[in-house]
Amino acid sequence: MLTYLSKRLLMMLPLLLGITLISFMVIHLAPGEPTDLQTAMNPKASAQLQQRLRTEYGLDKPILVQYGEWVSRLARFDFGNSFSQDRRPVIDKIRERLPITILINVLSIALILVVSIPIGILSATKRNSLFDRLTTIFVFIGFAAPSFWLALLLMDYLGVHLGLLPVAGIKSLGFEYLGWGGKVMDILRHLMLPVFISAFGGLAGFSRYVRSNMLEVVRQDYILTARAKGLSERSVIYKHALRNALLPVITILGLSVPGLIGGSVIFETIFAIPGMGKLFYDGVMMRDYPLIMGILVIGAILTLIGNLLADISYALADPRIRNS
Amino acid sequence: MVSWFRHSFFRDVFWQRLRGNRLAIAGGLIVVLMFVMAAVASLTGRDPGAIDIAHRLLPPSWHYPLGTDQLGRDVMTRLLYGARISLLVGFVAVGIATAIGVVLGALAGYYGRWVDAVIMRFVDIMLCFPTFFLILAVIAFLEPSIWNIMAVIGLTSWMGVARLVRAEFLSLRERDFVQAARALGAPDRRVIFRHLLPNALAPVLVSATLGVAGAILTESALSFLGIGVQPPTPSWGNMLIAGKQTLGTAWWLSAFPGLAILITVLGYNLLGEGIRDALDPRLRE
Repeated sequence: MLTYLSKRLLMMLPLLLGITLISFMVIHLAPGEPTDLQTAMNPKASAQLQQRLRTEYGLDKPILVQYGEWVSRLARFDFGNSFSQDRRPVIDKIRERLPITILINVLSIALILVVSIPIGILSATKRNSLFDRLTTIFVFIGFAAPSFWLALLLMDYLGVHLGLLPVAGIKSLGFEYLGWGGKVMDILRHLMLPVFISAFGGLAGFSRYVRSNMLEVVRQDYILTARAKGLSERSVIYKHALRNALLPVITILGLSVPGLIGGSVIFETIFAIPGMGKLFYDGVMMRDYPLIMGILVIGAILTLIGNLLADISYALADPRIRNS
Repeated sequence: MVSWFRHSFFRDVFWQRLRGNRLAIAGGLIVVLMFVMAAVASLTGRDPGAIDIAHRLLPPSWHYPLGTDQLGRDVMTRLLYGARISLLVGFVAVGIATAIGVVLGALAGYYGRWVDAVIMRFVDIMLCFPTFFLILAVIAFLEPSIWNIMAVIGLTSWMGVARLVRAEFLSLRERDFVQAARALGAPDRRVIFRHLLPNALAPVLVSATLGVAGAILTESALSFLGIGVQPPTPSWGNMLIAGKQTLGTAWWLSAFPGLAILITVLGYNLLGEGIRDALDPRLRE
């Protein structure tokens, strides 16, 4: 297990390097420069000023040199300073925004698992029942509905029309004056819609996936054996079938991390949540290279951690892998 | 072509099975309907960009079946023209992704060894990207145009196809008919294009059909964020921006473009799953 783990950890490094290399090239080779934006706003800006800014940002050096410098700073956990007015270190900016994004994503993964696994099992064991048909319809619609549109509809109906839930931000106006419990409740109320929206597509996908895995597993010989032994149906399904059906789900969960992180741009922009997705969107609009690179690296690291956790849980759950 | 159809797996098995699947037929009808919408858009005789302030924000009526927006433009006409954009983006982006995926997957699967290692590591890297972040950054840096969107979506969504084609090639490579072709001295090019590729295309077809749905969703999300198809060109995504601005007052501005996206994506998904089931009945029963 330990050798397996260390091997996996070692493989992450070149992967991360490759990701940063591609992002760096794509971002720096795209036409236009951050200095264009900053000097375009200012009629007094001269060509010299633009040149000075480029030197200050290090944009005048050859791109490979820039990348080399960036990587060597990254190795010391220095993400550089933002190009924006405040010139603050990128790492500080990300650190403020990361927790809320992670909180929402973790909550939505939890919601996905808690809801979709029972749905998947039920529709597989009661195949072609009314429940199975209804959830199949829900799954296809859930797959097809654009999450931002669903967000709009829910904001319109639950937020504006019924006035049940707040539609923007993560805190109410009088947040500071609330007690401890009131603060938690306030944040939870604000998070309800975003978490539901970010989980929605995954709910559909995962319940479908659990269902088809269950159907596949139930056909295997070892299930026939378990039944032949005279085990109760309950024990056949929950002890023998479920464990094998959930194994691939772990991998898919790991693979869905980049999608969740990417999706955070959309719902954080819609719900005006000050998270990493919104930070990225704003950074992109300002061509804040260090910030963009920083967030891409953090996103890639989160993805790799997700995959690693998935592999570890897979190995823990499946002795065939653990011992090989 | 006709004789090929008359005596083939496609007519005897695939087509029969697909026809028997009601959901797949429904999906196919939706896809056809979308082509019809795109084709008849100009027949309404209305200009999707015609501004008419006197008739702004009208709810659906006989004259304006889907209402009008803040500038008094007819929502139905814009929706029909938007179908053209979605269709174009969906097919071109998937075309690019499929072409890249097939070529890289075929190279990796056929030549194996270091070619395979290099290509598959590249696939791993691309799969670890929060792709939407990368798309967002690139689109925002380039001039936002529909061509850039199609190219970027295509360039970031080929990995699944590459993996599929590689897996098919790996298993087909060892089959007798391929071994026979090679033993007879057929050049690599002929083995790949005549013997391997035609047999590996079925799963690619499924993934391409589902890919169209994904590309349409991505385009609408980008347009909704304001960095996709730029107004005044109507796209279903950028029509929803108006829906956001009139939240709580004009439901028809957010309801109809969203429904159009949902139904279209649903159509491609149903058709794609139908094709998959028809090709591999083991998955259904």
